[in-house]
Amino acid sequence: MNAPASFDEAATTRERLVVIGNGMAGCRAVEEILARDPSRFDITIFGAEPRVNYNRIMLSPVLAGEKRFEEIVINPQGWYDDNGITLVSGDPVEHIDRENRSVVSHSGRVEPYDRLLIATGSDPFIIPVPGSNLPGVVTFRDLDDVDKMLAAADRGGNAVVIGGGLLGLEAAHGLCLRGMKVTVIHLMPSLMERQLDEAAGWLLKTELERRGQTILTGADTECVLEKDGHVAGVRLKDGREIAADIVVMAVGIRPAVSLAKSAGLEVERGIVVDDHMVTSDPAILAVGECVQHRGTCYGLVAPLWGMCRSLAGYVTGEPNGYEGSVTSTKLKVSGIDLFSAGDFSGGDGGEDIVMRDAARGIYKRIVVKGDRIAGAVLYGDTADGNWYFDLLRKGEDISAIREALIFGQAFASGGALADPNAAVAALSDDAEICGCNGVSKGTVVETIKAGACSVDAVRSQCKASASCGSCTGLVESLLALTLGDEVQSGPKTLCKCTSFTHDDVRRLILEKELKAIPQVMQELHWTTPDGCASCRPALNYYLLCAWPGEYVDDQKSRFVNERLHANIQKDGTYSVVPRMWGGLTTPDELRAIADAADKYGARTVKVTGGQRIDLFGIRKEDLPAIWADLNAAGMVSGHAYGKALRTVKTCVGSEWCRFGTQDSTGLGVKIEQMTWGSWMPHKFKIAVSGCPRNCAEATIKDFGIVCVDSGYELHVGGNGGIKVRATDLLCKVETEEQALEYCAAFIQLYREQAHYMERTAPWIERVGLDYVKSRMLDEPDAIRKLAARFRISQKYSQDDPWAQRASGDRKDLHQHLGEFRPLVLENA
Amino acid sequence: MIGTWLDIGPIDQIEPGMARTLPVRDGEEIAVFRTMTGDFYALVNKCPHRQGPLSQGIVHGNAVTCPLHNWNISLKTGEALGDDEGCVPTIPLKVDAGRIFLLRDAVIGRQPPVESKAA
Ligand SMILES: Cc1cc2nc3c(=O)[nH]c(=O)nc-3n(C[C@H](O)[C@H](O)[C@H](O)COP(=O)(O)OP(=O)(O)OC[C@H]3O[C@@H](n4cnc5c(N)ncnc54)[C@H](O)[C@@H]3O)c2cc1C
Ligand code: SF4
Ligand code: FES
Repeated sequence: MNAPASFDEAATTRERLVVIGNGMAGCRAVEEILARDPSRFDITIFGAEPRVNYNRIMLSPVLAGEKRFEEIVINPQGWYDDNGITLVSGDPVEHIDRENRSVVSHSGRVEPYDRLLIATGSDPFIIPVPGSNLPGVVTFRDLDDVDKMLAAADRGGNAVVIGGGLLGLEAAHGLCLRGMKVTVIHLMPSLMERQLDEAAGWLLKTELERRGQTILTGADTECVLEKDGHVAGVRLKDGREIAADIVVMAVGIRPAVSLAKSAGLEVERGIVVDDHMVTSDPAILAVGECVQHRGTCYGLVAPLWGMCRSLAGYVTGEPNGYEGSVTSTKLKVSGIDLFSAGDFSGGDGGEDIVMRDAARGIYKRIVVKGDRIAGAVLYGDTADGNWYFDLLRKGEDISAIREALIFGQAFASGGALADPNAAVAALSDDAEICGCNGVSKGTVVETIKAGACSVDAVRSQCKASASCGSCTGLVESLLALTLGDEVQSGPKTLCKCTSFTHDDVRRLILEKELKAIPQVMQELHWTTPDGCASCRPALNYYLLCAWPGEYVDDQKSRFVNERLHANIQKDGTYSVVPRMWGGLTTPDELRAIADAADKYGARTVKVTGGQRIDLFGIRKEDLPAIWADLNAAGMVSGHAYGKALRTVKTCVGSEWCRFGTQDSTGLGVKIEQMTWGSWMPHKFKIAVSGCPRNCAEATIKDFGIVCVDSGYELHVGGNGGIKVRATDLLCKVETEEQALEYCAAFIQLYREQAHYMERTAPWIERVGLDYVKSRMLDEPDAIRKLAARFRISQKYSQDDPWAQRASGDRKDLHQHLGEFRPLVLENA
Repeated sequence: MIGTWLDIGPIDQIEPGMARTLPVRDGEEIAVFRTMTGDFYALVNKCPHRQGPLSQGIVHGNAVTCPLHNWNISLKTGEALGDDEGCVPTIPLKVDAGRIFLLRDAVIGRQPPVESKAA
């Protein structure tokens, strides 16, 4: 290395430092060097852009009209002049000659160096779809891009932004404020999925939609459409077309490494540097987004500062190695507070502390691992973001303040207040506990002293926590403080992710018109980020039941049997049961079943307890094919796998039996045709017997009909399962039409009232037969209204799931990713 | 180094919150998971309890619930969570430039160095 130059020799022996890249990292590195040793280098900076150094992250506010370019300049021309720096702008470097230690620019300028610093930043990624090179397709990286967007916005019209990440959303926000009609197209199901979890992504989407943007998630771009040589729109892979006068691609960036690569430097994803920002050539340094340090490439500015400090220390003889950064992100969209840092994906040894305050639109999630914060996502209230980030970066032990951590710095660092109970105890009597109902601490304490010993009792007596529920924790604390050990635990909650019961959740879904799983989780203060295997299927069902035809079923919240429309068996294969209406079949159907059994290698063929034929041992990938064959023979799915109507068992009745009083088989077929396909809280079985001899065993079914001379006895709540229960008699009706109508009404009452995974028997035992009778028989018009609601929901659920799958819908659920054959690849 | 990682295709072939399978000839089938927050994991597709196909379970957080008897299995370590005990081998996985890679040696059943702690 060159010996340090002495001061008076400086003019002649100064080292020549050439910087490629006049951006945030390049200039910052120069500033850091000047701060340490202003006279060491003769500095030349090359910039591809024809302007001085400015703050790139402020391009978003410039686009949004909140700042002017002059306001975001970091170093004006005077800075270059004062420090004797030669700025060559608008003239990119095109070649690095390592042997002669010089660089060559586009205009042919040759500049020799002793030290070279590469700070070329990143290139925006353009998805290679047809039309992506049309005029009117822009990226979002520099001031020229902003100017193009502003020019388009002046003409008005429609803008499409591809990419719902940080950059895309900032572009969308700016264009929207500039008066364009903006649609954001995002491939993933939720916005900013790399920074936010599903819940925060959902809140963000809702807010942006409220501001007039259209957000299409799960949307894959097929091509950019053209008219008169200019962009005219975007077509998605599902066929939708969105008109556009400008298309902004903001799908990601790639380190700009081509120059370094062709110079033969070691490059992986970025230019490989050590802790002092030295590349594989000791004379060449690199810094900023173009580098890869300890395996990581960064796309934010904070790490650049650390890199620039270590670089400057190194070249001025006071090395202090850079060790990598933990980053945090904020979205610069005015009025939306959003903060994300570290690893928020949770997981092992990781515990999520989640707070949701629906009334104020706040969501906070802190991931704690072994007494340290590993990550944080804050939405709506980011005031404590820096505090959490600080604890995270320093790896501080938070065990002492863990209980109060989620409430933020003011609360958690308050010494004695760290215990939430103590914090509540310290509140004054007139402090408001329940904002929704205006209930003070004093009132809640009085209610408890007057005998309310559970959250539920408090709720019903003074209304605290009876609405949005966000103060449930405070009420619990007050109970604990007032009663000590006498607190009664409330009724069972839906699962460990929530403090609400099944009934509360069902009621609130209707009351608050909640229509998506993340929305329910947010509004009802779920304490886990995306629920568990108990609550996801339950919420999916409750929403499906509450909003037929509107709610979009969530496959990932379904148990495998329902997701694959077949029963999983102990060896991981599946069994398949085609529907046989009322237990009837034909020789043709039997032949088709036999053929399918042969063709797909069914290992067992069995008649089920519900008078159907079950084919066992079918492989997941063969399911669509066997269904296609059975469909072709006129059969549909038997739903033997579902929390749904299974079978309608029948006897032969008056048609053949010498005792039969009515056509039990015919009625069974009609009932099955009315009720099949309906999703229920649990499996549901029906039977129709032709006389009281009851050969179809109708009195151990969820709904049973026993035909008698004078009409039909309707029985409910029977179960032949773990705990055998005989039915209760609901009532007797005279006609077949009535029997059908009452059946529909009973099913709907059960669908609307029971807890998920609760069959009719435990449901009726829980609520009482009298309740069921009163809801059906005493309320005027109840039967008609319930049956009408059932029929509406049936309009949307009676399609054969097998037919959809057999036609190729969701084939990804059945197909393997591929097959790996080690022998073929052994030489790799 | 290149060649020890198997490219099994683009990340978007697995929807968040779901899993897909990769059968291995003369080896164990592998389940590749994508969590709701976009993390990827690979495990042998066999629950430590009674060999249930974990790929078909419900994914929540960084765990999957086995479809046969509801054991919860950590996607990161393969260990059964809660009161259950048992462990399924994990397959080292990385995502690079939008594609999923599995460590080849782990896929074909040789003991990869990183797996030893799980064994
Ligand atoms: C719109 C927008 C908003 C952003 N918001 C944020 C934010 O809120 N928070 C945050 O932390 N980060 C944000 N970023 C990212 C941040 O701007 C970058 O991390 C940072 O600018 C990287 O600095 P850099 O010096 O490595 O690259 P740049 O700042 O991009 O500088 C590289 C420079 O090198 C020049 N160059 C490239 N090749 C050559 C060549 N051959 N010859 C000469 N010059 C060349 C380029 O023209 C460019 O000026 C945002 C980025 C954009 C585009
Ligand atoms: S229930 Fe009555 S009608 Fe039906 S098969 Fe038995 S005896 Fe005959
Ligand atoms: S096989 Fe997985 S829980 Fe039993």
